[in-house]
Amino acid sequence: MRHIISLLMENEAGALSRVAGLFSARAYNIESLTVAPTEDATMSRMTIVTIGSEDVIEQITKQLNKLVDVIKVMDLTEGSHIERELMLVKVKAVGPGREEMKRTSDIFRGRIIDVTDATYTIELTGTGSKLDAFLEAIDPAFIIETVRTGASGIGRGERSLKV
Amino acid sequence: MEATGAEIVVRCLAEEGVEFVFGYPGGAVLNIYDEIFKQNKFKHVLVRHEQAAVHAADAYARSTGRVGVALVTSGPGVTNAVTGIATAYMDSIPIVVITGQVPTPAIGLDAFQEVDTVGITRPCVKHNFLVKDVKDLATTMKKAFIIAATGRPGPVVVDVPKDVTAHLTEFVYPATVEMRSYNPVVKGHSGQLKRAVQMLLEAERPMIYAGGGVVLGDASAQLVELARLLGFPVTNTLMGLGGYPATDRQNLGMLGMHGTYEANMAMQHCDVLLAIGARFDDRVIGNPAHFAREQRRIIHVDVDPSSISKRVRVDVPIVGDVQNVLTEMLSLLKLAKEKPDTAALNSWWTQIELWRSKNCLNYNRNSPIIKPQYVVEKLWEVTKGDAYITSDVGQHQMWAAQYYKFDKPRRWINSGGLGTMGVGLPYAMGVQLAHPDAQVACITGESSIQMCIQELSTCKQYRIPIKIVTLNNRYMGMVRQWQEFFYGSRYAESYMDSLPDFVKLAEAYGHVGMRIDKPEDVEAALKEAFSPALKERLVFMDFQTDQAENVFPMVGAGKGLSEMILAEEL
Repeated sequence: MRHIISLLMENEAGALSRVAGLFSARAYNIESLTVAPTEDATMSRMTIVTIGSEDVIEQITKQLNKLVDVIKVMDLTEGSHIERELMLVKVKAVGPGREEMKRTSDIFRGRIIDVTDATYTIELTGTGSKLDAFLEAIDPAFIIETVRTGASGIGRGERSLKV
Repeated sequence: MEATGAEIVVRCLAEEGVEFVFGYPGGAVLNIYDEIFKQNKFKHVLVRHEQAAVHAADAYARSTGRVGVALVTSGPGVTNAVTGIATAYMDSIPIVVITGQVPTPAIGLDAFQEVDTVGITRPCVKHNFLVKDVKDLATTMKKAFIIAATGRPGPVVVDVPKDVTAHLTEFVYPATVEMRSYNPVVKGHSGQLKRAVQMLLEAERPMIYAGGGVVLGDASAQLVELARLLGFPVTNTLMGLGGYPATDRQNLGMLGMHGTYEANMAMQHCDVLLAIGARFDDRVIGNPAHFAREQRRIIHVDVDPSSISKRVRVDVPIVGDVQNVLTEMLSLLKLAKEKPDTAALNSWWTQIELWRSKNCLNYNRNSPIIKPQYVVEKLWEVTKGDAYITSDVGQHQMWAAQYYKFDKPRRWINSGGLGTMGVGLPYAMGVQLAHPDAQVACITGESSIQMCIQELSTCKQYRIPIKIVTLNNRYMGMVRQWQEFFYGSRYAESYMDSLPDFVKLAEAYGHVGMRIDKPEDVEAALKEAFSPALKERLVFMDFQTDQAENVFPMVGAGKGLSEMILAEEL
């Protein structure tokens, strides 16, 4: 099953490699991993999307907790949560397809953030599956490049990950 | 007053009460060595290879319970040390390894003797640090000692660039350091403890399975009290030997791949299993699917939550310091109105005695060739079971574990997890230095001993009077055994040709050498080696043992715990 694990860790050099190294050494899957400092610059927050059986996910959270730099770990998928990912897509926008591309982008609440006479760069946020759906909705021949951040997640309501 | 980084390193070690630093100098650590030269708080032991420095520090820690310290230079000093660090990591041994690094401006420029120490050691340390600012040095050293020794212990590397050792700062050694991200659990969950005690009292076929955590957590006394109070059988893992006295009737001996028949059968057929400081690893329970065929309820006590339900699902997990948890368990048991079911226990013990009567460790005592088991038995007799025994890795390690009956914890020093050949001699050095008046023997083989043989020189320099018991069968015995059983007796590269004359080799290093060819000479040789006349000398005993001898019982790889091959069946 797909799980979204959020964690807070000390914002130290090499902290990211400890997490990445743990996943490769123990043969766990990483679908995506995002990391950036929090409002408190001494801490980084990381969101890891991984796939594994319940036993594997239990081991992943335990092994993450065991890392000396890791302050707190939370499996967001255990409760209700919100997940967002940002995608930038550069597409061909010429001829009759130009208007069509704008309409599709609007339907997906995308924003065109860069324009040339032959291209649009569209910014989209949403769950991973919404971003997938957008890419399926447009003709693949029009896609020049895509870049995705990987998912960031947060618990709903009172549920929070903080020190 | 201001101090240089090098002075700070040395003063931190003194503040920690370090007795010995095992090390080898080099460019990046010259400032530190200069400070070592000027101080007299601790003794530096110059090894002949960095791997041995880490092994010796590791054995010092294993035999004393205190943090061991090694010091090596950058680059090759570090890569040589990695085997030692990984060995300590796999067995959860508290050591601090200080490594020199190229100056900070040179990091990343492929400087002379530069390696990414933090990167190379990351997967085999509990934690590591690169100290870029001398102001962080003292705090980092304190953190290193705290992290190494607490929770599930392990090695910590502190990488110190050369310029940092020259920089000046105010030296203050903190009494302790709070780390918001590091708070190991000590006390077990009270609800789980109650469930566990209830389960133990309901058991009809109980079993206690005690691992290295009992030794590392200094919980032997509590384990003995618990087992005696309940009247339950106990088995020790390879790492747990000595955690429960081997000569006690309730001890069924070691379990696992080369465990006793009675211990493995009782593990397989018990209805309540209390696992303490053990991790159900592949050499212990064999095939987990086969192990799970029998219904049993499992209570698992461990300081490391990730050890619980990793290979085997358990019913009552208790995370905590084993000594603390066992003490709590004992007080709950003493208050409980129920008592263990004596009738059920009696019939369980009857079954166990039947298994025990197979006498699975029997071997041919009338052989005209020296049997390795016989040497270990005689060593146990001659040393009155009171020696510190280190071993290398292979058949001799298993015979040492099976035939030297350890009655005390921290007496059996071996590489269980990583299985590092070559540890025996440096381990014996670390142990003997920590316990100068104790009898220390290294049980080894002619293959393993050659992996760190250069340390005979260190032993000469520091007059380390260890006794080396080499079970020389001219084979990498365990490799040979597997080739005999599983590879149609095709002995690919397992014969040790062109061996040195170990007697002359020992003498070349200034030690005493003995070669023993006949069973009737075994006891006399051992007595002489341990006699007052040779008390101050290292004695290298080269026992010419039976080449065809195998370790039994044996659970083949991937087999179930109760599917043992016994000696009598061949």
